[in-house]
Formats: sequence, C-alpha cells, structure tokens
Amino acid sequence: MDARVSVIDKRLKNIKRIISVASGKGGVGKSLVASSLAINLSKKGFKVGLLDLDLYGPSSHIILGVKDVFPKEEKGIIPPNVHGINFMSIVYFTEDKPSPFRGIDISNIIIELLAITQWGSLDFLIIDMPPGIGDETLDVIRLIKKSEFLVVSTPSKVALGAVSKLLKILKELKIPIIGVLENMSMTRSSFIKNEIDSMDLPYLGCISFDNALEESIGKPNRLLESDFMGDLDNLLEGINL
Amino acid sequence: MCLFYFSTVRFKPGFSLSDFHMHEWALAESILVAAVEAAEKEKLKIISEIKISIGELQQIEHDIFEFALEEIIKTQGGKLKNVKTVIETEKSTLKCKSCEHTWDFSDMKKKLNEDESEAIHFIPEVAFVHARCPKCGSPDFEIMTGRGVSITSIKGKR
Ligand SMILES: Nc1ncnc2c1ncn2[C@@H]1O[C@H](COP(=O)(O)OP(=O)(O)OP(=O)(O)O)[C@@H](O)[C@H]1O
Ligand SMILES: [Mg+2]
Ligand SMILES: [Zn+2]
Repeated sequence: MDARVSVIDKRLKNIKRIISVASGKGGVGKSLVASSLAINLSKKGFKVGLLDLDLYGPSSHIILGVKDVFPKEEKGIIPPNVHGINFMSIVYFTEDKPSPFRGIDISNIIIELLAITQWGSLDFLIIDMPPGIGDETLDVIRLIKKSEFLVVSTPSKVALGAVSKLLKILKELKIPIIGVLENMSMTRSSFIKNEIDSMDLPYLGCISFDNALEESIGKPNRLLESDFMGDLDNLLEGINL
Repeated sequence: MCLFYFSTVRFKPGFSLSDFHMHEWALAESILVAAVEAAEKEKLKIISEIKISIGELQQIEHDIFEFALEEIIKTQGGKLKNVKTVIETEKSTLKCKSCEHTWDFSDMKKKLNEDESEAIHFIPEVAFVHARCPKCGSPDFEIMTGRGVSITSIKGKR
C-alpha cells in the first residue's frame, strides 16, 4: 500500500482555495495567467502558493525569475518564498535539465511533491497545469479534491476544440469550474464568449495580446505594471478575486 | 543550484529534535496516517506492528526514519501507542526500455554527483533526469523496484 497518498489531504488542509489554471490546449498562456494571478493576489495581501505541475516544460520559475533558491527541509520541504509567493517546482530537483518522464513517473512525482511539501496556511494555492487531460489533470482531480479550475483559451477555433473537451470532462466529473478566460485576443470577436455561454459556463473576459509582455518575463515587478496584468486584474474583479 | 547544506546533518549519528529537519518526517507521517486509516477500515482498536518497505532510491537511513516515526507516535498515542515498526529496504532494479539491460542504484550512484543524488533522495523519478542506461545511454528506463515508501503489513487487535 502506497502510504504517501493518505497524507496529502493533511498537507492541503490549511489552504483556503486551490485554483488549477488549465487548458486543453498548449501555449495559450496558462503559465502567464497562473504566475500573474499568484503575483496579483499576493500584492492584494493574500498568502499565496504557486505549484508548477508542468513537469516536462516547467515555466513558472522563468516568469517569476526564480534563481539560486532551494526548499528548506523541515518536517518535509518548505517552498522558498519568491517575491512574496511560496513557490514549488520540479526545477529545484532537475537543475532545469530535460525531463523524460512517462505517465507512471509523472503520477509518482506529483504524489511525492504533494506528500512532502509543507505549504502551511495559505489563502490561495495556484497550480500551473500542463496542457491536456493527461496524467497531471487526472491526478489533480484524484488527489486534490478541493481544486477549482480556471480554464484558458485563445480566440482560435483550434484552441477551443481542445479546450471544450477539457470543459466537458470537468463538467461530467462535477469539478468546480471558475470559468473560461480568453487570452491573446487581437480583434473584437464574440466567438469564444458565445461558445462558452452555450456550454452554460462562465465566460470571464479577455486579455489582449500584449506586445511588450516579453520584457516583463522574469521581472514580477514589471509584470505587475504590464497591460497583461491590467486586463487580468479587471477580469478578476468580476469574480471577486 | 545549491542543494547541500543539510547533507552533513542528515547522516550525523545521534540526532536530537533540534537538528531534526529532514523531509523523512513527512514520509514517516504518511505511513502512520495510512496505517491508522487502514486500521479503521479493518476495525482494529490497537495497531501492534507496521511493516514498512522503503525503496533504495529514496536513500533513507533507517535510524532517521525510525526516529521520526517514534517522535510522531509519541504525540499521537491512540491506536498507535505501543506499535512496533519494522523497516525493510527494497533493493532497486532499473531496466532499460531500449536495450533491456538491468542495473541497480549502486551502479547508478557512481556516476552521480552529490547534488544529483540528493535530488533523487527527494524525488526518485529525477533519476530519469540525472542518469542514463549504463549500456546504451538511453534515458528511457524503468524503475522496476526500489522507489517509494509503503506499508507491507499491519498487525493489530480488534
Ligand atoms: N496576452 C499575451 N500577450 C502576448 N504574449 C502572451 C500573452 N499571453 C501569453 N503570451 C506569451 O505566449 C507564450 C506562451 O505562454 P505560456 O507559456 O504562458 O503558455 P502555456 O499555456 O503555459 O504553454 P504550455 O502549454 O506550453 O504550458 C509565452 O511566450 C507568453 O509570454
Ligand atoms: Mg505552461
Ligand atoms: Zn539501454
């Protein structure tokens, strides 16, 4: 019997809300949204954790500009505090080398991380998810019972095709969906909004394509001032965050 | 990346609570939580013995793990009050999916530096990141045995 799973609920007990930022599609801005959400909430005075569960292609550490830190060992491992955010990622252990994992390994890593990470009490834990409905998504659903999903799409029909599959499975499993956020919008179009409305799910609003965003990567203070953050902040107001 | 301020503490004989900061504590706690859960299912009032298997890749010293178990048991009491714990190490076997060569952690460890080996101690699967098949160089191998912390049996009274 694998003992580690039994202790996960206890590790997450003192976290008020867990928000997984997910999408059926890759490259739509999940990591940017997850990191920016964490920075935004932390700036508002909340205690925030960020967990990067994209084990093949972790990117939150790049967005936050995390360097030269390592978790402290204390009855488990304590995520380092980076710009006010308690940040946990596989990169502490991979030294950012390529990570060729198969599905079973992914599950084992997620279980290990959840079993040994001591988050303490948090208002929010934000999870940066990899794309799709594979092992990571299934494990979050299985192991983190109180996770809610914030789903990201781009304006494209191509993105929506994959995104709507994730939404359908979350709905089928009765997992709480905060809503769908449209990212990188370049023209005014109500295509995504109409589609999400027709699925009877909350459409949260859109974030415009931000030409200057790249200059804020790795610099949380600049990210706070970016147009991207401005749009995100407006949209968060609509859901009381 | 700096991993190493604790390795000297970890293997120091005769630790006290004050330098007891190892992450093993979290795994020891998971064993006891799982054991109590299983005992409740089986309607055991008292747990007298828990047999624990620790994978070799975890690189956990038995006495450190035992110390952690004892500390937690002291604060818990209840069903666990007089429990005896027996710890076994499960030897590691690694098998290459490309060439079918098999090897073990002691072969692997020779090629790892201290940081890499410490990283595997925390998350055994990062073996795929830091090691390769010694025969063909593939990263596509399998941990057949020797990972994880599990309960192999529980004894108790109804
Ligand atoms: N609104 C935006 N304006 C401009 N660039 C953006 C915007 N949103 C995201 N990007 C950029 O798009 C790229 C992909 O974003 P990101 O890595 O967050 O996507 P992802 O969904 O997390 O990808 P993956 O599926 O690989 O995890 C990044 O370079 C990011 O900076
Ligand atoms: Mg990402
Ligand atoms: Zn091989």
